[in-house]
Amino acid sequence: MARATFLVDADRCIECNACVTACKNENEVPWGINRRRVVTINDGAPGERSMSVACMHCADAPCMAVCPADVFYQREDGIVLHSKDLCIGCGYCFYACPFGAPQYPQAGNFGSRGKMDKCTFCAGGPEEDMSEIEFQKYGRNRIAEGKLPLCAEMCSTKALLAGDGDDVSAIYRERVVARGFGGGAWGWNTAYGATEG
Amino acid sequence: MTVSRRIFAFLTVALLMLFATAPVVTLAQDSGGGLAARPAPIGASGSAKLDEIMRRQNAGDTSARIGSNLPNPDSPASGLLGGTGQAPGQGRLLDPRFGTGTVLASNKGPGTTVLVQNGGVRWLNFRAGPLRFWGGWALIAVLGLLALFLLIRGRVRIKAGRSGIRIPRFAPIERFAHWLLAGSFVLLGITGLISLYGRVGLIPVMGRELFSILAIGSKWVHDFTSWAFMVGLLMVFVMWVARNIPNRADLTWLARGGGIFSKNTHAPARKFNAGQKIVFWGVVILGVSISLSGLSMLFPFQMPLFAKTFGIINDLGLPGLFGADPLNTALAPQEEMQLSQTWHAIVAFAFLCLIFAHIYIGTVGMEGAFEAMGEGDVDLNWAREHHDLWVAELEAERKLPPAGASTPAE
Repeated sequence: MARATFLVDADRCIECNACVTACKNENEVPWGINRRRVVTINDGAPGERSMSVACMHCADAPCMAVCPADVFYQREDGIVLHSKDLCIGCGYCFYACPFGAPQYPQAGNFGSRGKMDKCTFCAGGPEEDMSEIEFQKYGRNRIAEGKLPLCAEMCSTKALLAGDGDDVSAIYRERVVARGFGGGAWGWNTAYGATEG
Repeated sequence: MTVSRRIFAFLTVALLMLFATAPVVTLAQDSGGGLAARPAPIGASGSAKLDEIMRRQNAGDTSARIGSNLPNPDSPASGLLGGTGQAPGQGRLLDPRFGTGTVLASNKGPGTTVLVQNGGVRWLNFRAGPLRFWGGWALIAVLGLLALFLLIRGRVRIKAGRSGIRIPRFAPIERFAHWLLAGSFVLLGITGLISLYGRVGLIPVMGRELFSILAIGSKWVHDFTSWAFMVGLLMVFVMWVARNIPNRADLTWLARGGGIFSKNTHAPARKFNAGQKIVFWGVVILGVSISLSGLSMLFPFQMPLFAKTFGIINDLGLPGLFGADPLNTALAPQEEMQLSQTWHAIVAFAFLCLIFAHIYIGTVGMEGAFEAMGEGDVDLNWAREHHDLWVAELEAERKLPPAGASTPAE
C-alpha cells in the first residue's frame, strides 16, 4: 500500500463547490472556516479550469517542519494531523504551506488566531478514534469507519480523488489515456514529489 | 417581379463575395505550410493511438503535449513547482501567479487565490538552519568577547575615586522611557528566543504539553509587550535625538577608542559619547525596522512590506551592482509574511548583540555608570572622567550643586 493521497483533476472539476459543502457538513467545521476551497482560473474564458484545494497531506510536510510547538504528526499512511490542544495559533504553518490549507478562527486582537483547523483526510485527530471529543475538535473520523474522505467520495465528476496513491494515480492514468489528454494532476508533484517523483 | 430581383441581387452579392474571398483563400493555402506541417493533435479526431499515448506516458515524454492547448513545457513558467516538470499543465496553471489570468476562490481571505507558493520551504529551511545556527553563535560570540574583555581590561574604575558630589544626569521621565524600552526589550528577546529555539531546545527537556503552555504565553507576552517597546522607542528618540547628533568631538573619541582600551587615554565627550551615540542610532534604526516587521506580523497580511521595498531596491539598481538579478516583487501574501518573520529575526539578533554590549558597559563593565539610569544622578568624578565636556557645559551654566550641599558617598 502506498500513502494516502488527494488527486485533483483540473480537467474535470466543474466548480460546483459540493466538496466544500460536504466537508463543512460532515465535519461540522466552525463558522468562518472552510477546510476546502475551489479555485477557478480564467473564469468564463476559454481554458477555464477549477481545482479543489485543501491540505494535500504532503509527503514531506512543510507545516510539520516549521511548527514552533511541534504539534503535527504524520500517520503511517501519510495523513498529516495535528493537536489542537498544543497549537499556539502562531500562523507559521499557513505561511509555510504551499496550498494555503491551514485555517484559523479569529480569536482576538492583533491577528491572534486561535487553534489552527485544517483538512484531516477525514481521519480525526489525536483523540480516541470516533470519540465525541475527537469529532468536536477535528470532525468525523471516516478513515476509522473504513470510509474515504467525503469530499472525494461525493464529487459528482470524480475530479477529486482520494485514497491509496497507487490506486488514485492508476485511475488518473487510465483516465488520461482514455480521453487522450491530461491537464495535470494539480499539486501532485509539490505534495508528493519529494518521495515519489 | 420583385422576387426575381431579390434572387438576382442575392446571386450578385454571393458572386462578389466569392471573388472577393478567393485571393484570401489562395493566400491562406500558400502560406499554410506551417499549419499543415504541425502534427495533428492525437485524439482530437477521435482516432486515438493508444500505443503512441502509452509510449509517451511511460517514457515521460513531455515534448509533445497531447491534444492540449498547453504552453511550451520548456517555458520559464514550467517546473516552478519544484517538481520534475513532468506533470502536464502546471505551466498553464501557474500563469495566474504572474498576472496573466484571473483567479477566483470560493473562500475569502488572504492567499486563497494562490494555488501554490513554494517560498515556505525556503523560509522554514532558513529559519531552522542558518537563522538558528548563526543567530545563536552570534549571541554566544558577543557574550564570549565581552567576558574576555572583562578578563583582560577589567572593570573601568573611577580613577580619582568617588567625590561624594552627585550631579543629576537623567530626569525621571527619561529613566521611565529607558526602562520601558529596556524592560520590554528583555521580555521580547526572551519570548522571541523561546519561539525560535523552543522546539529544538525546550521540547526535548520539558515535553510538548508544557512547552505549548509556555509558547502560548510567550506569544501573548511578545504580541502585547511590543506596544510598550514602541512607546518607549518613540519617547527615547524624542528626548535624546538632539543630544545624539554626531559632532567633531566624536571623531576624537572614536580615534582614542573611547579611552576604554587603555587606562591612560582620555577621550573627551559631552552628555553622550560617540559609543553611546552608536548605541542610540543603532537602537533607533533597528528598533524602527523591527517594529515595522513586527507590526506586519501583528496584523497579518494587512501590512505587506517587502514587495514595495524590493521594488525600491530594484529601482535604485542595487542588485545590478552586485551582479544579482532584480529582487522578486511578485510576492504571494504568505511570502510577504515569511520575509517579515525572517527580517524580524535577523534584526532581533543584531539588536541583541548591540544590547549585550550596552548592558555590559552600563553594569559590570564600568564603575559608576549604572547609577545614571538607576538613580538618575552620577558622581562628579565619574562625570569628569567620562563626560568632561558635559561637566564643563554644566559648570558654564552654573548648574552644578555647591560642594557643601552634597552627601558623602557610602
